[in-house]
Amino acid sequence: MARDFLPQLLRRDRQSDRVVPRSGHTAWLTSFTAGAMTFLAVFALALSMAAGRMADRWSDALARTATVRISAPADQIEMQTRAVLDVLATTPGVESARALSDEEQRKLLEPWFGPDLPVDSLPLPRLVELTEDSAGYDADGLRQRLLAEAPGAVLDDHTRWRRPLAVAAGRLRLLGLVSILLIGGTMAGMITLAAHAALAANAQVIRVLRLVGARDSYIARAFVRRFTLRALAGSAVGALLGMIGIAVLPSADTAGGFLTGLGFTGWGWLLPAALPLLAAVVAFTATRFAAFSRLKELT
Amino acid sequence: MLLVQPQVRQDFPQGNAHVVESAAPLGECARRAAMGHPVISFENVAYSYGGGELLSDMTLRLAPGSFHFLTGPSGAGKSTFLKLCYAELLPTAGHVSLFDREVRSLGRDDVAHMRRRVGVVHQDCQFLDHLPLAANVTLPLTVSQREIDGGDLGDLLAWVGLKHLADALPPSLSGGERQRAALARAIITDPEVILADEPTGNLDWEMSLRLLTLLVELNRMGKTIVVATHDLNLIRQAKAQIAARVLRISNRRLQLAGADL
Repeated sequence: MARDFLPQLLRRDRQSDRVVPRSGHTAWLTSFTAGAMTFLAVFALALSMAAGRMADRWSDALARTATVRISAPADQIEMQTRAVLDVLATTPGVESARALSDEEQRKLLEPWFGPDLPVDSLPLPRLVELTEDSAGYDADGLRQRLLAEAPGAVLDDHTRWRRPLAVAAGRLRLLGLVSILLIGGTMAGMITLAAHAALAANAQVIRVLRLVGARDSYIARAFVRRFTLRALAGSAVGALLGMIGIAVLPSADTAGGFLTGLGFTGWGWLLPAALPLLAAVVAFTATRFAAFSRLKELT
Repeated sequence: MLLVQPQVRQDFPQGNAHVVESAAPLGECARRAAMGHPVISFENVAYSYGGGELLSDMTLRLAPGSFHFLTGPSGAGKSTFLKLCYAELLPTAGHVSLFDREVRSLGRDDVAHMRRRVGVVHQDCQFLDHLPLAANVTLPLTVSQREIDGGDLGDLLAWVGLKHLADALPPSLSGGERQRAALARAIITDPEVILADEPTGNLDWEMSLRLLTLLVELNRMGKTIVVATHDLNLIRQAKAQIAARVLRISNRRLQLAGADL
């Protein structure tokens, strides 16, 4: 069947194209369904890709880093910070460690409290950022040592909250792909129904064609080619509109949220452009199945 | 049970100036005739519909080049008989063979191929109303993806007197024009057998004679003809010109009725 796809789609036989009359509602229903479904598929694809990028970004940004949070009375904070840095400097698997400055901490809190937060006057914990080397460190051993040397220090190795986030992002990507499959299945179902309607409406035409010696493959081809081209055209319009919709969304750089990261980058734009071809394959398969199953019911 | 084996014609004419020239059929008919193979044969055929038997115990062999009329009262099963002849229906008992092949053994593509060898003039003509007359007439060539020779088509339409209506849509044609167009479509592939179901049912006498003349000409070219009709005058007119045999369906069975006419 796959080898028939392109020849049947590309080879135009003016005579055979004419034997089946152009029918009204099934024509626009097929084009509209393909267009609408492809439009939705573009967004599902963008969602899936954005979720994938987000998962990668979180993983990359948080991988191999950890934070030590030091909560201590004001007169002990400097001492415990030095103790933590000393412990980290001698811990196998820790590549580097440094205490965040007040300015860096202010920037971390800025999204929640604004730019004028008086960090100096607030009893904020001191943060020490560490980077592990490729061998990694023993988190439990490090916690024990920190507890002994700096009682107010707590190791946060990020995995506790990074893993659920990465899992959530992965699930979101999967949901996007499942959505595309569901959209494709729905489109196949709608086009099959439209093809059945067209075949039923043209039962007399099919009967005449059979009586004058037409093979099933000839009759099916007349319907399949028409439905495939309609789906291709409708899907192309849907894909174009979807891509325009994605392109006019605010960019991630200016607004910086997840939704604004919904889009395609570089070669990624080829994926929605390929959706019309996928829709044509779906329409070809669905119509061919509908046509042959219907024709077998006729003598 | 009746065995009908009309005489095989020995005097195939050498063509007609009005008819599209063809390569194979005369040779094929002559070969089949020489070998004594029927083009269509029924063996103890029965056909039931809705719990009742419409046709029963029919045995028949149609020799190549023969001309048969099929008569019988309305509802006797003439159309059903013809549909069995071109495999639109399958017998519920017995065997029907087309060109020596049992129809039950034919795949769907085989049936399509067989129908290219059998031209059918349906009672209601059955055209594609969205296509002009010329496209309807050439439909058997179109579906078999054979070349359409414009000159031959013109000759054929002229032969049936419809050349001036080549671009007309079927709904605009009169009953006689539709019947002649159906005949043109039935013979455009140069079939070996022509089956006509009440071809003169909607025609006046003059037009009926004209259609009969066309069928007689085709028979003289070697085609096997079966015409289902009520019109006894038409049968008498035909028997005056050719050695036509008359079959009658009565009480679900086939009888030779030639002596009655």
